[in-house]
Amino acid sequence: MPTKLPATDAVVVGLGWAGAIIANELVDEGLDVIGFERGPWRDTAKDFNIASVPDELRYNARQELMLRTAQNTCTMRNDVSQTALPMRSWGSFHPGNGTGGAGNHWAGITFRFQPEDFRLHSHLTERYGRQAVEAANLTLQDWGTDWEEMEPHYASFERVAGISGKAGNLNGTLQEGGNPFEGARSIEYPTPPLKQPYGPTLFAEAAREMGYHPFPVPSALVSEGYTNPLGVTMGPCTFCGFCTNYGCANYSKASAITTVLPALIRKPNFTAKTNCEVLRVTLDPSGTRATGIVYIDASGREWEQPAELVIVAAFTLENARLMLLSGVGEPYDPITQRGTTGRNYAYQTANSVQLFFDDKNFNPFIGAGAVGMGIDEFNNDNFDHTGLGFFGGGSIRVTPIGAAPIANRPVPPGTPTWGKEWKRATVDNYLSTMSIGCEASSYSQRGNYLSLDPNYSDRLGRPLLRMTFDFPENDLRMAQYCTDRVAEIARRMNPRQMVEKPMKGHWNSGPYQSSHVVGGFVMGSDPSVSSVNKYLQVWDVPNLFVVGASAFPQNPGYNPTGTVGALAYKAADAIRRLYLKHPGEMIA
Amino acid sequence: MSEKSTPVRGVTRRQVLTSGAAAVVLTASGRASAVTIDGTPQWRPFDHNAADAVDPSQDWQFFTAEEAATVEAITERLIPADELSISGREAGCAIFIDRQLAGFFGTSERLYMQGPFVNGTPEQGDQSALIPRQRYRVGLAALDDYCRRQHQARFAELPGESQDEVLSGLERGEVPLEGIEAKEFFSLVHQNTMEGFFADPVYGGNRDMVSWRMIGFPGARYDYRDYIEKHNQKLDFEPLSIAGRSGWRTQG
Repeated sequence: MPTKLPATDAVVVGLGWAGAIIANELVDEGLDVIGFERGPWRDTAKDFNIASVPDELRYNARQELMLRTAQNTCTMRNDVSQTALPMRSWGSFHPGNGTGGAGNHWAGITFRFQPEDFRLHSHLTERYGRQAVEAANLTLQDWGTDWEEMEPHYASFERVAGISGKAGNLNGTLQEGGNPFEGARSIEYPTPPLKQPYGPTLFAEAAREMGYHPFPVPSALVSEGYTNPLGVTMGPCTFCGFCTNYGCANYSKASAITTVLPALIRKPNFTAKTNCEVLRVTLDPSGTRATGIVYIDASGREWEQPAELVIVAAFTLENARLMLLSGVGEPYDPITQRGTTGRNYAYQTANSVQLFFDDKNFNPFIGAGAVGMGIDEFNNDNFDHTGLGFFGGGSIRVTPIGAAPIANRPVPPGTPTWGKEWKRATVDNYLSTMSIGCEASSYSQRGNYLSLDPNYSDRLGRPLLRMTFDFPENDLRMAQYCTDRVAEIARRMNPRQMVEKPMKGHWNSGPYQSSHVVGGFVMGSDPSVSSVNKYLQVWDVPNLFVVGASAFPQNPGYNPTGTVGALAYKAADAIRRLYLKHPGEMIA
Repeated sequence: MSEKSTPVRGVTRRQVLTSGAAAVVLTASGRASAVTIDGTPQWRPFDHNAADAVDPSQDWQFFTAEEAATVEAITERLIPADELSISGREAGCAIFIDRQLAGFFGTSERLYMQGPFVNGTPEQGDQSALIPRQRYRVGLAALDDYCRRQHQARFAELPGESQDEVLSGLERGEVPLEGIEAKEFFSLVHQNTMEGFFADPVYGGNRDMVSWRMIGFPGARYDYRDYIEKHNQKLDFEPLSIAGRSGWRTQG
């Protein structure tokens, strides 16, 4: 039996981006808030010191910052006919651990989704007709919200994180040099665009010559000294190239630990409990009111923390798992399509074209997770899909993340993997190879979902999360089409050799693709196909909010973190302005 | 608003003594403690979470002398000495692998290793119950058994060309090994050899940053603001380890 602790006003599960943002807003509202984090407290000065961070073996190969699968992992299978098996080490995606969460080791690419994304099903039906949308065999949904409601919260997130970039659409007026496809913004980016390395510059020249509109990729790596609205100061990115999968030693990469937690932890009505894993949300006997959470500390002792308000803001996968373990909502059944908990799990479709040159030196070790140039002509519904046989698209861009050489040694296909010939090819191609990526949409379909695994459990005996996922035919067609467009640009850059890599075949859990796992506890306006309303409030459990990319009903061809941050501000704003006036009720 | 349950400032470690060993979360430094944090988090000066550096002069930590000789012979062939660099063996790859096996990597202690262990689809990844220490122990013994049967000598005693043939056979899965799949064994040794050759030298391989010099990787430098716009230029940086470089010590 867990030992019961004195009640508090609000508990927040997870101290990554979403949890830290909401906790800070609720603390400012005067609530006593306790934040729970299953991993350690992380701090730039101590954990991401310049004398220890640039270490590829430790951080990239051995995954120092990621959740250890011994603590918690998930099982995977491609379809319901297979038996799911555990992901014993992380490959395809990289869940984080500790304060800051995956927001410490992320790349930092910070797009806003487009206005059409929030009403995707309605938009596609209006443009292409009901029949065409049904023929795609997807489970696309609207988000229950719209651009006007989302925009102010995107602005809040960009201000707190100091996002660097160039506006393409400021209050409805297109801006030279920005992304002409973005929704109307109320603010310019808080810091100017980063300087560009050679690869992105070459790509942008070729794209411009072809009539496209290249823009600097919006980035959570600040380009100059920046003090955010919470009074926390960040320093300019130095392009060290130890970025994605590393913590930042320069206070340049925005994370909850560099932007929110330094202010939040000093506020008297906030407490953080680290190395404390939340086991479940407790409900009253009616099942319509959350009474708090139960957690286990590092010594193995269980505690019950009662609270008036429960915010679950862990990573996508743990949000869905905690809801399944706590009996919140009805588990989704892919046969009957009843139930919503675990519904509409989606991912990201990763494609690329690799370019080998003889006469160029890219100095590929100069880079960062989010420095580069992109185009959006072939993303989402920015191009006419009539007759193409698919919906969706991707963000095409060159973002050199750094080239530490355990993982980054490009050689042409067919090169031996060892011996003299391997070494010669490694030396010949290291400095002169680049890649154009196309991070593309992942649209939900009936058979892709999250559930509890019947065979495998964690170290505490609780079922692991089971992921059933494969790429929909729609997305594989989209991948081929978009990669062909990337190849046209690549050809114009005149490489010695190029290699097209569209996503093909079954989803493979081994090679890294993207950590953008989304859905499973999605938002919407219809409780029969969504788990939370547009305020991230759980249908029928009004004092429980579940916040994160778990709320995305499908994934556009963009990185999710900007939208996760915006949803966190949206939920916090709704709690402050609306919920606390009528606690215990669904927000009208 | 409710009363604060623990009005403690700074960091307090709640050390509840129980026997719940199964629930203990391990970190790099051993046992983690649940920590309640209010106010300003505190740290000590120079508490910078340093790398676990290797002392290459010590004896083998995991390998027997015979195993070490085999691994040295393999790393000599996977990364041969030529005009571009010294060999993987000379760069310390076997020392690197030995120290990795002696640590958390060797035991899979950070990984999910609960059964049942079932062979799945290729998309379901590595489902072997063998931890890396076992993969090496079993694989190296089986490799020598194979070589004795086929060539009447241990792997390390074969001429280089024969060693290459055996390694190619392992890579293709055509050399039968007792107790472990040849491809599984080869891919782990190959992975670890490359890690050792290209990782920071503090881990025992990549002696004098030889691989970094070879390809033009500057290592643990942390500021390229003055160079990012020098497009298509050879920069010729002298590489740097997180432990500095030898020149620093003589100038110190």
